[in-house]
Amino acid sequence: MSGQRPADEAPKAQDGRRLEHAEGTSRPLRISEPQPRGAVIRGDRPVDQAEAAARFIAAPVHEKMHDERLWDLRQKRDGEMHAIPEWEELRSLASAIKEHTLSRLDEYLVQFEERARANGIHVHWARDAAEHNRTVHRILADHGARSLIKSKSMLTEECGLRPYLASVGIEVVETDLGERIQQLDNEDPSHVVVPAVHKLREDVSEVFAKTLGTEPGNTDIHYLAESQRQKTRPLILAADAGMTGGNFVVAETGTFVVCTNEGNADLSANLPPLHIASIGIEKLIPRLEHLAVFVRLLSRSALGSPITQYTSHFRGPRRGGEMHVVLVDNGRSERLGMAEFWTSLKCIRCGACMNTCPVYRRSGGLSYGATYAGPIGLIIDPTFNARKYSSLPYSSTLNGSCTNVCPVKINIHEQIYAWRRELVQRHETPFVKKAAMKAAGQLLSQPAAYRAAIATTNTALEHLPRFVLYNGLNAWGRHRELPHPPPQTFHSWYEQHRGDKT
Amino acid sequence: MRIGLFIPCYIDAFFPEVGVATLELLERFGHDVVYPRNQTCCGQPMANAGFNADCADVEKLFMDNFRGFDYIVSPSGSCVHHVRDNFDAIEQNPEVREVRTRTLELVEFLHDVQKADAFPWARFPHRVGLHNSCGTLRRLKHASPSELRIPPFSKPLNLLSKVAGIEFVTPARPDECCGFGGTFSVFEEVVSAKMGYDKVSDHAQAGAEYIVSADSSCMMHQQGCAERIGVPVKFIHIAQILNGAGA
Repeated sequence: MSGQRPADEAPKAQDGRRLEHAEGTSRPLRISEPQPRGAVIRGDRPVDQAEAAARFIAAPVHEKMHDERLWDLRQKRDGEMHAIPEWEELRSLASAIKEHTLSRLDEYLVQFEERARANGIHVHWARDAAEHNRTVHRILADHGARSLIKSKSMLTEECGLRPYLASVGIEVVETDLGERIQQLDNEDPSHVVVPAVHKLREDVSEVFAKTLGTEPGNTDIHYLAESQRQKTRPLILAADAGMTGGNFVVAETGTFVVCTNEGNADLSANLPPLHIASIGIEKLIPRLEHLAVFVRLLSRSALGSPITQYTSHFRGPRRGGEMHVVLVDNGRSERLGMAEFWTSLKCIRCGACMNTCPVYRRSGGLSYGATYAGPIGLIIDPTFNARKYSSLPYSSTLNGSCTNVCPVKINIHEQIYAWRRELVQRHETPFVKKAAMKAAGQLLSQPAAYRAAIATTNTALEHLPRFVLYNGLNAWGRHRELPHPPPQTFHSWYEQHRGDKT
Repeated sequence: MRIGLFIPCYIDAFFPEVGVATLELLERFGHDVVYPRNQTCCGQPMANAGFNADCADVEKLFMDNFRGFDYIVSPSGSCVHHVRDNFDAIEQNPEVREVRTRTLELVEFLHDVQKADAFPWARFPHRVGLHNSCGTLRRLKHASPSELRIPPFSKPLNLLSKVAGIEFVTPARPDECCGFGGTFSVFEEVVSAKMGYDKVSDHAQAGAEYIVSADSSCMMHQQGCAERIGVPVKFIHIAQILNGAGA
């Protein structure tokens, strides 16, 4: 793990304050290692997460940095948890509020719509990604807007808004620093909260040198951040419209809340006269008082900080401006009807499950080839496209750490297991695996045949992994030594020493 | 008590000494222990891959082997977790539910049923790092996982601390998964192996001579990883230490 260095060696910010965050402990690289890229996408064909993960691991400096940076967030989250005696109670409460809301989602949505309209907010409904994108475009077109600044929103990633708007000639500028890096690199976000967490400062320096004209090879983080700021601020000031997502939508008040650390959502929302907020319908909570529960949990779970720097409440358009909320379904209603998977809609996108996931930390978020990476992605992505994401639920050891850190108590690892069953039933698993499992089931249900197969330890070594671990010894032995065959099986020892027992 | 000894396939074929230690340990406490000869597997490899229907015949066979015992005890946390929590390819009649409930992992049995408070025959003068498999830690709840704000406890440490001479070391990430994950170990071999390398290195760095666990499957993987990258740590099942191995 990232060893704690003595305080006097710790990196300092410009004001002399000690940098506590993970970037503060990263140091310039001595060797150059190209940034590993994400999963290869071939239309609807199943994404091969394992292949992309192997390439990530083959870049050891990136893998180590990624693992340690996210583990650092997990540890800070633990620290915050221990400071709150009622932590587990808060999680239960958050889960109960979300489950209640989801069970009456139609009523709360209508209530929100009425109250928001009364506040002067224009409310739009979008059934799917395409309708969302058209709606946003129409609002922009109605105002003659040609440029849009936006804060990070996983929903707009899900809908493919940026490429869509580019195709109709609208310039989009991301204002979240990480998301801006990803936009400039023409790469998806790899994490729901820290979208460029898989990049080293060297990678960012390279992207900025290419796209913003910064000094090649200058990897000073203050220089890079400041250069980006100088390049992007004018675009922000000149933009025709601004866009945000929404972390929480309050039905009783018809208002919504956006939580950020950079203040970029406030710039996006408040500088241009037109503010559009795209929000998934699962973001509702009934009353303002419920917000307290979620605000206490969100940033502690996400980054291990007590609260985000900005928790902005949007109550209506300012004088002379317009505010639009687009409420997006895009598969959520269908998910709400799935008995085993509907509680995934409780997700507040904190990313704690990613930070704790040992597979995610070693694979990089882009290896999943989907909008949502990590454990929550494994159970959400197949609802969008069961074929394309049919292998994702297998990218897990079912260790269950994700479930334990989830602030709204989604039983993530049980849903991963349930998705495997679901995908087999929908015939979305490879034939060879299917045949191997059938054969294994048959052999293991016939004691005599089974005993013959593993009669000697040598044949056991040959057969056991082959049927227990459907694709044989190669995958085991490429990276690990095989178990050492003992002189006899337990079965034959027992016959020898307790042969008379029945 | 009349106990049915459930020895999973890995242990039968690769770690017979773990089966022997479990048997002898239960006999030391005066139990009548029987190993039903026709047992094969609990079905977990197929079920974890999503092929639950292919488990039905295996589950019927498991029932034929293990009905009627006071308890079914096994030295494998993940297999016991499967039987207790996921064994549902066959009709869930009262007899099936009874067998599932009565299936216990060895540590649970010794700690919760036997309430064993001494292992006078055991002595293990070594530094050990405990590996709680994810199945024992988060499903069977052997110990408090680091993610939850609950009072700390550990059944395996309680038992092991009664062994003379033993010394514990704590790795930096004590309950990080080792990457075995059943079929995951071959489906995502590279990630699996990397997790294994990190796990054994973490224990070695903490000064462990031995990694001890209630799961031979995790240790089979970890041992393979340790040998591949040359980490000089040894592996031993908790049943062996409690039964007096190395004394």
